[in-house]
Amino acid sequence: MAVTKTRPPMSELLAGMRNTTPLVIGAIPFGVIFGTLATVNGLSFQATIAMSVFVYAGSAQFIALGLLAGATAWPIIVATTFVVNLRHLLYAATLVPHVKNWSHLIRPPFAFWLTDETFAVVMNRWSEQKKPITTWYYFGSAFTMYLNWQLCTFIGLTAGRSFPNIAGWGLDFAMPVTFIGMLMPYLKSRVMWWVVLISGGVSVLAYALPHKLGLMLAAACGIAVGVLFEILVTRKGTR
Amino acid sequence: MNEVYLIAGMAVVTYLIRYPLFAVAEQIAFPDFLSRALQYVPPAVLAAIIFPSTLMPEGTLQLNYSNPWLLGGLVAALVAWRSRNLLVTIVAGMIAFGVCKWFLEA
Repeated sequence: MAVTKTRPPMSELLAGMRNTTPLVIGAIPFGVIFGTLATVNGLSFQATIAMSVFVYAGSAQFIALGLLAGATAWPIIVATTFVVNLRHLLYAATLVPHVKNWSHLIRPPFAFWLTDETFAVVMNRWSEQKKPITTWYYFGSAFTMYLNWQLCTFIGLTAGRSFPNIAGWGLDFAMPVTFIGMLMPYLKSRVMWWVVLISGGVSVLAYALPHKLGLMLAAACGIAVGVLFEILVTRKGTR
Repeated sequence: MNEVYLIAGMAVVTYLIRYPLFAVAEQIAFPDFLSRALQYVPPAVLAAIIFPSTLMPEGTLQLNYSNPWLLGGLVAALVAWRSRNLLVTIVAGMIAFGVCKWFLEA
């Protein structure tokens, strides 16, 4: 994929940033609420900033707050973080054919910046827009998300105190609504509908599993159904 | 002090999930069925996050008209389907959610 070299870096960077903007808007309330709730749940000011800077994983950070509020021991929170973030392994695996073309110098930071949002944006570039995932495109998306997350954490930490009830406003609906917008374009075939319905159904049924294991179980079931459906359909020779 | 362990631990486990496959990407050749399976990763994970957060916002299943998360989610899905525009979807979904919540609480 020598195309990587021929696409102008600036336009790739800007395209990555532009296509990430809607997701940034969806992530703003999420980040601000995190910053606001962190100190309420017993995390210090510095630790809140450090968590966003060094861990950089929104849903795991939220779950950590919930566990901290329940006075959970830190090793349990770390174990839960591991399970909650396991989906990034699936993302990394999906990106492998593209990452192959990238320099080894940029892989460590790019891996650190892998999130639900950046994964969705770069995969959309490939599967919907039929364009290669260039390093500048990835950087444009990743850096925009990262900067936004830090800013929002800080805003929540400082200005959030003036709005103590912010968590009750329902602003956290921004995350599911963003994800719904990212999911719908995939629903173009019967197999995708099955993947979504099975994964969604299992996630509800398995919700009570410890350490948020339900998410991974649900995703695994959905993926398995997709593969099974594909095998059955190709064996029959019908499409 | 525990905060240092907590954040270092969270950072390390998260990075150990994100980085290794990137590091050895050129040495990996997935068998055919696995590459096929990976194309279902985005919709499967998105669905596994969306369903519980809209159907059971307070931890128990709420399949009824008084659940603004579900109503807002349905509006967002419909708008996403018709408009194919993420920003329009987010704005419409948030407005629908806000209106439902306001009506249900009034």
